[in-house]
Amino acid sequence: MKIPVSWLKDYVNINISIEKLASMLTLAGLEVEEIRYVGWEMPKYEDGESHEFKTYGLEWDREKLVVAEISEVKAHPNADKLVLCDLFDGKEHWTALTGAPNLLPYKGKGKLEKPLKVAYAKKDSVLYDGHKDGQVLMKLKCAKVRGIESCSMVCSEKELGISDDHEGIIILDDDAQTGMPLADYMGDAVLSIDILPNNARNVNVLGVAREIAALTNQPLKRIDKKLYETSGEAIADKVEIEIANPELNQRFVLGLIRDVKIAPSPYIVQRRLRLAGIRPINNLVDATNYAMFEIGEPLHAFDYDVLVERAASTGSASVKISTRTAEKGEMLTTLDGEKRKLQESNVLVCDTAGSLSIAGVMGGLESEVTDTTTNVLLEGAAWQFINIRRTANHHNLPSEASYRFSRGVHPSLSEDGVKRGLYWMQKWANGKIAPDLVDNYPLPPTDPTVTVSEADVERLLGIKISAAQISKLLTRLEFKCQVEGTSVTAVTPSFRLDIGEGIVGQADVIEEIARIYGYDKIPETRLADQLPPQRGNPSYDWAENAKNLLSTLGLQETVNYRMTSPAAQERLGLQGEFVKVANPISPEKSVLRRSLMGSVLENIEANARVRETLAFFEIGPVFVPKDGDLPDEPHKLAIAMRGRRQPPAWDSATKEQLDFYDMKGVADAFLAGLQLKNIAYTPADSSLMPGAAFHPGKSAQVSVNGVVVGAFGEIHPVAAEKFAFGDAPVLAAEFDVAALRAAKPAYEIEPVPAFPPMLEDIAIIVDEDLPAEKVDFLIRQTGGKMLSEARLFDVYRDEKLGEGKKSLAYALTYQAPDRTLTDKEAAKIRNKIVRRLEHELGAELRG
Amino acid sequence: MLEKLNEIQAAALDALESITDEEALQAWKSAHTGRSSDLMGVFKGIGKVAKEDRGKVGKRANEVKVALEAALTARKSEVKDAALARSLEEDHLDVTLPGRPFRHGGIHPATQTLCRTLKILGDMGFQVYTSREVESDAYNFEHLNFPPGHPAREMQDSFYIEGSDTAQVMRTHTSPGQIRAMREYAASNPENPPPIRISLPGMCYRSEQITHRSEIQFNQVEGLAVGENITFSDLKGTLSDFARRMFGQHARTRFRAQHFPFTEPSAEMDVECFLCGGEGCNVCKKAGWLEILGCGMVHPNVLTAGGYDPSRYTGFAFGMGTERQAMLRHNIKDIRYFWGNDSRFLEQF
Repeated sequence: MKIPVSWLKDYVNINISIEKLASMLTLAGLEVEEIRYVGWEMPKYEDGESHEFKTYGLEWDREKLVVAEISEVKAHPNADKLVLCDLFDGKEHWTALTGAPNLLPYKGKGKLEKPLKVAYAKKDSVLYDGHKDGQVLMKLKCAKVRGIESCSMVCSEKELGISDDHEGIIILDDDAQTGMPLADYMGDAVLSIDILPNNARNVNVLGVAREIAALTNQPLKRIDKKLYETSGEAIADKVEIEIANPELNQRFVLGLIRDVKIAPSPYIVQRRLRLAGIRPINNLVDATNYAMFEIGEPLHAFDYDVLVERAASTGSASVKISTRTAEKGEMLTTLDGEKRKLQESNVLVCDTAGSLSIAGVMGGLESEVTDTTTNVLLEGAAWQFINIRRTANHHNLPSEASYRFSRGVHPSLSEDGVKRGLYWMQKWANGKIAPDLVDNYPLPPTDPTVTVSEADVERLLGIKISAAQISKLLTRLEFKCQVEGTSVTAVTPSFRLDIGEGIVGQADVIEEIARIYGYDKIPETRLADQLPPQRGNPSYDWAENAKNLLSTLGLQETVNYRMTSPAAQERLGLQGEFVKVANPISPEKSVLRRSLMGSVLENIEANARVRETLAFFEIGPVFVPKDGDLPDEPHKLAIAMRGRRQPPAWDSATKEQLDFYDMKGVADAFLAGLQLKNIAYTPADSSLMPGAAFHPGKSAQVSVNGVVVGAFGEIHPVAAEKFAFGDAPVLAAEFDVAALRAAKPAYEIEPVPAFPPMLEDIAIIVDEDLPAEKVDFLIRQTGGKMLSEARLFDVYRDEKLGEGKKSLAYALTYQAPDRTLTDKEAAKIRNKIVRRLEHELGAELRG
Repeated sequence: MLEKLNEIQAAALDALESITDEEALQAWKSAHTGRSSDLMGVFKGIGKVAKEDRGKVGKRANEVKVALEAALTARKSEVKDAALARSLEEDHLDVTLPGRPFRHGGIHPATQTLCRTLKILGDMGFQVYTSREVESDAYNFEHLNFPPGHPAREMQDSFYIEGSDTAQVMRTHTSPGQIRAMREYAASNPENPPPIRISLPGMCYRSEQITHRSEIQFNQVEGLAVGENITFSDLKGTLSDFARRMFGQHARTRFRAQHFPFTEPSAEMDVECFLCGGEGCNVCKKAGWLEILGCGMVHPNVLTAGGYDPSRYTGFAFGMGTERQAMLRHNIKDIRYFWGNDSRFLEQF
């Protein structure tokens, strides 16, 4: 919301700088987004100097820009469209040259009966160039125009930075004092304020002024509600109001003003409306907008004669206004000329002849006031804010009225608004206000009464303030307060809807106390409350540890969108239902992922051209639908790798690609890092695999203590073809976090041996299809405790070994905890191992 | 004879003087102190020396031997030092050649920021509490005092799950965890629910256009403290302490009035821009302040929904966006980097 500060000053004295004011409002929850200066002195900031608010605009030089009066408009000797003005700036007489079309009617009329008051810029004034697009500063210089020299000018709104209007010059109201600095007469600063949802009462000048009054402890100049004269016939038997659903329309008020004369509004009103972001139309429309900005009640003006005619056409002697929801398929042409199809939830204002407007959102074309209107029926009403918001959103009709109504306007303002609107109409358009209002008020809200004690305030805010002070703070916001002992009973003023009852009301009221007391004055303390039971979060700790382990293993963590598409996930052969998003932003993000491996494989795909070697992991949830319940969200760990085993260096040219055994090495190291023992790798059981993700011959499942925790391997060539991986094989793994966490870690360690080990290598020849794990197992089992390590260091195939044979070479370490083993002892163990390998696996010791 | 010994010594030392390598030293040693050396010849011929001179000659021969050995040792050390100096002089690498790359991994920047935030909160007694990402409307909105018709409950702002009749929503904040935690704690002792101090990290979702400044998913860290003796001044003190840990001991904070459905009074905490120290820079848009987190005293209706009697218990809650903090710290201009997972981005952390 944009508010001119000059307008605020109608209701409250402001004795502090604009910046200080903006800062104060911001801390109190009315966040000032920017300050626009229109004439007033602007603070000067060095380049790069910090300033809290975005500040821009134009300062008007007090010497050079003044109110002046034109006494005669003369023809230019050489140009039809130019005029020469006899002008007095309070000190000197000048001739000003202008081409403003709104002065042409005065040309050649001789001395004017009443001088025209104008905004006059002397030589060297700094202004915006009226002939250039946007706001381009210029310094006013002497120039000859068609043979006549001109060093000064009368200004348009554009030149002064009020609006972008350069159609004509500004003609000021008659009360403007000739010679007065323009900045004093009509300088201003406009605050852009972001209004919070619970601050709906403040979407108006009076509301913000009230906040300023409360924050600066200044009196608020209230609006006198009975300040106009009435005349003519009462309207009680001429106008009726019927409300079909009071929940949607709590109140409806109508007032009538007769014999109005349509004309432009006073200039000061037009200027304020423009600064507030509203286009001035005429004195009637402007009066409704001005009153709305002033007190917050959007008003709607009907041409009364049109309504009477419409009533007559239906045989009705009186105007019967009714409010109801739209019927199915009902249409209405709104005043923007658009024919709109209405929703059944939209509330309409109707008469006997049909619908007139979309309540609270936009008027209808037919009953709108026009240039020929003489009698105006003015509506002020209260609508349910949710309904208005939905209606405005549906029809995409954001307006000043719907902005306010969709945040909630107190029904008491229906009456205040109509009265204020009538007051301005009478002031600016003459007219006679009918003596009565027609008021249908089926659902008056109760304004909550809340009792707050000193102890309540201390309990919530941690500050000790007296009941008297509490009462003073709340009274500044127009709560009606009564102090009893240490308690204050506060009645909510009847313009706000944000205060609740009971303990909720207390919290609401204490927030108001805190705001006006000042959040910045509340001290900072450390928690003195009892320390809670210590529970920790093992699952979070586990994940953090796992991420650290994996990153030390050379893997980069990624975090992916949970939302994906079935097509993307089904590339891995995944089957089954997805959790579907009802309102996805795009088809690519229409379901929640079921495979985490799918996510990291997409990372490989996306980075395939970026880096030759890639190694990613992610730990996070996947989503599995569950009938009639919230989905399951099991957490998974997925890994994907691709590329060179060794990053290329300038002196090494190894181009070996990562393969199954690199993936297995990562799995080994990761599981070891988790302190898991008793790990087994078996060829993947395809029935347990997620779809056809892995190459059947190059994948394994991992179990710990006999329980499967995950699987890994090379991506199946058919699946890989569906990704843009490039040529190198892609390895991937997926582990179930719950299964990994359920596996019991073995934290105990082996003591470091105190005696030297005996080392020996053996090589055996076995059948090609014998899994290495069997050899490994037999060696370890036979070696027993004295064999501390058996490491496979070479796998070798050669014609000399024979067809279908391979050689496995192991480095054996013999070690006793309590002595140095003798050669004899070691030989004994070795022979035992070789014998068993020969017997059970048909192995042959290689020379 | 003594004369001869003097000559032997002088000749040997003279020869030693010009030796510069280990090999020549060995040759010198055998030539001047070895079996067939002149010196050894003197020792061998000692029997032939007149008896009365024998003692003097023997003593002198020994002196010469000791002197030669000492000179050798000294010369050896000089030669070694010289050789080392020469080798250090000659043996050097081109240190500007690139290092051999090392395959290293890393933690995603969002996770790093989460961990840092949670670590500080953990030190301050806030234990991590995690909960589900697809939530019921009740936990995400109703229990958190969102009135029916609140804009966040409309389809255009939040993601709903198909087939759930809008009863299931992708959580829009980690606050549903506040209700779950309160209910869990309260269940442990319904008559006297224990105090709570937790942090709630995790992914949240909002239906937005994905642009350089808005995302459909984002990490949040919330905090919740509930007890019988917790005030707004505790909230200010705790969060200012947090800010000093997170942004530096000099970080100044300020609290502005705000509105959230689930807290009352509500506030927003600004931290003096830690990049420019409040002097004014492009990140804080010359304002000197950065919006860091929303906070407030837990709304009575939320306490009630959690099983805590609002007339006995009070509490405060706060919430902040993780990626925003990372963006400020690392000057990241495009929020889409986070879930884009481009190696060139991730490698920089």
